[in-house]
Amino acid sequence: MGKHLRNLGHEFKKNRALFVMIAPAVLVVLIFSYLPMSGLILAFKEYRFNLGIFGSEFNGLDNFKYLFQSGTGWLITRNTIVFNLVNLISSQALAILVAIFITEINHKYFKKLTQSIIFLPYFISWVIVGTFIYNIFNYETGVLNHVLQLFGLEAINVYSMPKVWPFIIAIFNAWKWCGYNSVIYIAAITGVDSETYEAAAVDGANIFQRIKNITLPCIKPTVITMLLLQVGRILRGDFEMFYQIVGNNGQLFNATDVIDTYVFRSLLQNSNLGMTAAATFYQSILCFAIIMIVNAVVKRIDKDNALF
Amino acid sequence: MVDSLVVKSGQIKMSTSTKVFNVISYVFVAFMALVCILPFIMMISGSVTSEHAIRFSGYKILPKEFTWEAYSLIFKNPITIFRAYGVSFYITIIGTILGLFLITMTSYVISRKDFKYRNAFSFFFYFTTLFNGGMVCTYIFYIQYLHLKDSLWALILPGMFNVFYLLIMRSFVSAIPVALIESAKIDGAGEFRIFFRIILPLLKSGLATIGLFLALGYWNDWYNAMLYINSDKKYPLQYMLYNMLQQTQALAKIASQAGISVQNLPSNSLKMAMAVVATGPIILLYPFVQKYFVKGITIGSVKG
Repeated sequence: MGKHLRNLGHEFKKNRALFVMIAPAVLVVLIFSYLPMSGLILAFKEYRFNLGIFGSEFNGLDNFKYLFQSGTGWLITRNTIVFNLVNLISSQALAILVAIFITEINHKYFKKLTQSIIFLPYFISWVIVGTFIYNIFNYETGVLNHVLQLFGLEAINVYSMPKVWPFIIAIFNAWKWCGYNSVIYIAAITGVDSETYEAAAVDGANIFQRIKNITLPCIKPTVITMLLLQVGRILRGDFEMFYQIVGNNGQLFNATDVIDTYVFRSLLQNSNLGMTAAATFYQSILCFAIIMIVNAVVKRIDKDNALF
Repeated sequence: MVDSLVVKSGQIKMSTSTKVFNVISYVFVAFMALVCILPFIMMISGSVTSEHAIRFSGYKILPKEFTWEAYSLIFKNPITIFRAYGVSFYITIIGTILGLFLITMTSYVISRKDFKYRNAFSFFFYFTTLFNGGMVCTYIFYIQYLHLKDSLWALILPGMFNVFYLLIMRSFVSAIPVALIESAKIDGAGEFRIFFRIILPLLKSGLATIGLFLALGYWNDWYNAMLYINSDKKYPLQYMLYNMLQQTQALAKIASQAGISVQNLPSNSLKMAMAVVATGPIILLYPFVQKYFVKGITIGSVKG
């Protein structure tokens, strides 16, 4: 310990200016990220606003008990995991597909233009996406119902059909991130040595063989990194997306409520905050454990693909 | 790309499967582009369609009954929208400048190989992406202990420092030859002098890249406003739009400002016009700046 301190003291003397330069960021992260973590202690307390986080009384594991006995805990955990898995696979698959097709296109301007357009949804807020979804699906003026009527079919009220919303959410998630993710895959594909392709073409490999045997293996490390990054977030719902798409539609909660939207609603209604903190606590711990385990496993199989 | 090379060199003709694949590529990519742009076209078209036409035949690619009514309503009494624009610009500019300052300076320090504690500090920052207090704890902390309720700082501070951007910026900084820093040191320049006089001027594309990411985040933020802002005078553009879409009260306010009754309000086209006004700057700017985003995303995907 003494040695460590001496080292620190020595380093501080040597690089005082560097310590001063990093201090603002350390302070900001300390105050805005680390200090709020101490609030997780609420998960074991009965929160009273007037007593604050630290003054409230401990109540053991009661908050966790309520959360899971009421069934809510399981429901929102299941929803979060299922949604994230479906969204992860669908969005990455679409992006890989788009990236492979775009790199096969020879026409320079067509390529540039389409790539720019597919990138566009990344730049808009979920508020706007929510508007689009409303424009398409709302009962009276929505595009869907007008198209249905055009074909002589009956109008449907999508907002009272919880079953279709997981698909709508997956589609719009893939739609919004397609441009962003395909940028990554296009970079990975164009990074492949073009001589490899030429050699394969000379050897008579057709386009499907080239994709299967050259393109896909070459983007494998990228795919693994992307999956790893996302798997660590498997228990975190994209709050902005869910909130803007589903909003306060009570009918859809059972099918679409994820941990983050549940937490937000509890916060809004100022109901049992201890229980919400319990949900957050369990979410954070599990996320942390999952990313550590997955990373360790990947490290064992293939050291280069591990995150850290 | 490859095929054209091969064809040009005249060695092999395009095989049938390649031709088929090429056609599929064009069709698929064109379809995706269409799917990505159609909602925007409908939004713009909806904003200049009369309320009557929207009610009876819905949103169309081309406006059925053209009118500027929604826009003239918005700009008849533009104080609300200008104020929201002002708030959005304010938080975007201040937040981006502060964020860039923090991120570049920090990335300079953690990229210095002779700084012994750089890995410890990197982990200190990185850990926050693995583990955090979540919405409730953060909310209570901001309100009860930092007293940020209804303060514009509640919109600026949370998005100011981002570990992902820090890593991207670090790889920009690492691209600068160490010899430059060393020779400056030999000439007797202090760390601050080296950072501001040598590093910063060489970081132009890094500053543009991260600055744009930060700015986009601030411009599109409505979430922090929803949590922390009470008074509607402090609403940023996106949150104001969200409110308008959700609540008839917000629409009623516009109606009263424009001096018409709510029933006569073209609410559907008004919503679309508001969405156009809120997204306009981004749609106009993004073709010119997307190359910086591409660069940042590409660097970010290669773990540093």
